[in-house]
Amino acid sequence: MNRLRAWFLAPSWAVILLLFLFPMLIILAYSLLTRGTYGGISLPWSLESYQRFADPIYLGILWRSFWIAGASTVISLLLGFPLALFISRAGKRKNLYLSLVILPFWTSFLVRTYAWMFLLRDTGLINSTLQKLGIIHDPLPLLYNDGAVILGLVYGYLPFMVLPLFGTLERLDRNLLEAAADLGARPWATLLRVVLPLSAPGIRAGVILVFIPCLGAYLTPDLLGGGKSVMIGNLIQNQFTTARDWPFGSAISLALMAVVMLLLIAFVRRDEEGLL
Amino acid sequence: MESVLELRDISKHYPTHRAVNGVTLNIARGEFFSLLGPSGCGKTTTLRMIAGFEEPTSGEIRLNGAAIQHLKPYQRNVSTVFQNYALFPHLTVQQNVEFGLRRKGENDIGRRVREVLELVQLSGKESRRPTEISGGERQRVALARSLVLAPDVLLLDEPLSALDPNLRKQVRAELKNIQRRVGITFLFVTHDQEEALSLSDRLGVMHAGVLEQTGTPEDVYLRPSTKFVASFLGAVNWINGVGIRPEVTRVAKLAPDQGLRSHPATVVHSTFLGNCVHIETRLDDGQLAVAEVPRTTTSFAPGERVHLWWQPADELNFK
Repeated sequence: MNRLRAWFLAPSWAVILLLFLFPMLIILAYSLLTRGTYGGISLPWSLESYQRFADPIYLGILWRSFWIAGASTVISLLLGFPLALFISRAGKRKNLYLSLVILPFWTSFLVRTYAWMFLLRDTGLINSTLQKLGIIHDPLPLLYNDGAVILGLVYGYLPFMVLPLFGTLERLDRNLLEAAADLGARPWATLLRVVLPLSAPGIRAGVILVFIPCLGAYLTPDLLGGGKSVMIGNLIQNQFTTARDWPFGSAISLALMAVVMLLLIAFVRRDEEGLL
Repeated sequence: MESVLELRDISKHYPTHRAVNGVTLNIARGEFFSLLGPSGCGKTTTLRMIAGFEEPTSGEIRLNGAAIQHLKPYQRNVSTVFQNYALFPHLTVQQNVEFGLRRKGENDIGRRVREVLELVQLSGKESRRPTEISGGERQRVALARSLVLAPDVLLLDEPLSALDPNLRKQVRAELKNIQRRVGITFLFVTHDQEEALSLSDRLGVMHAGVLEQTGTPEDVYLRPSTKFVASFLGAVNWINGVGIRPEVTRVAKLAPDQGLRSHPATVVHSTFLGNCVHIETRLDDGQLAVAEVPRTTTSFAPGERVHLWWQPADELNFK
């Protein structure tokens, strides 16, 4: 019986080992080696890459990434919650609205981000329309700044906020809302005292699903942020491409992962205490 | 008696069906009133219109003389005990009971919660969550949560149906006891005629969206105004178009004296029920009729020719 179990579990273990654990070990090893002359890696073993990351410039980029990812997550939540609430109450149209939320995934994220560039640039649709209408004279600086990056991230990851929120809101017992109104709660009080606390699992899942990919994003800040808006993802990407410093890139990757892990653990702990 | 709640010709029509059709009803202050009927008869819709979850298509609902049918649920001084209790799972017993008082900005919350929890015998369970207490306790929390607001009318939507049968009778007695002590008007919706008969000062029987009869338990049981009311409240033998309840139907081997009504029948079988015996018979026209008789009565064998008899006063007459 146990042997049979082991055989059935073997493919899963193989996937975990080959596709997750093994690459991680490679990255760990790389991060502890020295940069090769023409890229790649070479001996001796060293902790230098980690020491370099402690530089204020890099810590600044890390902080900036947190700030942009955090802002994107908060905005996604503020937009996603009412949207998910609306869809969960939409009756027969529910499935239609849900498929509209998922529809953008049918085209490549890269193409969609380029589309934003066409909208936001100085000669783009938004600026040219506003100019034609005579509302503005000079084009607004819509592209190549933090705002554009946050916009792109919110746009890209909003579905990951909406779907888990929809999941919890849809399961919410309608009787509880009636009970709250029956006991004298106005709609806002019902939202704050009943709906919000009971959708905490969805909020938590949505926040995790949006914050983590935003933190590691490199495509959006690269295209919409121009050279100015560097996030940690761009820094890592650079190490493996133009800078050819694989050990440093590996070290940043691992450091980022460690920070995310710590945050996740803290977040889940908080949940068990029932604070959110 | 002064009425606290009046329904004046209220109806609720949906595109596909008419859930409630012209219900008129007065409920006196302090009364225990039950709305009784099978599922789908419109009793819950009526309750939901009083609570404010549904708006009547037509008609008027008056609470203490003022029309309330257009008010939101949170603007009406009525409170509902839901069938599934609808306790807030993220709040403790204490917080559930406080919920309404806090929303209404009331004073003296601590004392009032303590008193009502004592009334429903939940003292000591204040910090439990709804998932950590029994079904009977949850039902009492739901009751306390509404009672603490001192509503003009407490609406109860089949509050006993989620309990197991043993507990149900016990909770029924407690419910009646609590209602007597607090003196709040209870409007109790149920499909269980025994519950309605045993709890109510008066009851109304609903069928297909229409209120067929209102009256005291004795009135509706002994003097039902329609065949539906007669058969919904208890078993009826239909003999030559006349209704007679099994407990007043008697069986004799010989034709009874003049002045009594009787009808010949053939015994099908007898069932011993402990406190009484059910003698099931078949009339010559093929209809079945049951006589519920004391167990000391002579025994009857299947196939035996007998006479069913009853007092004329026990016949159920319909307008």
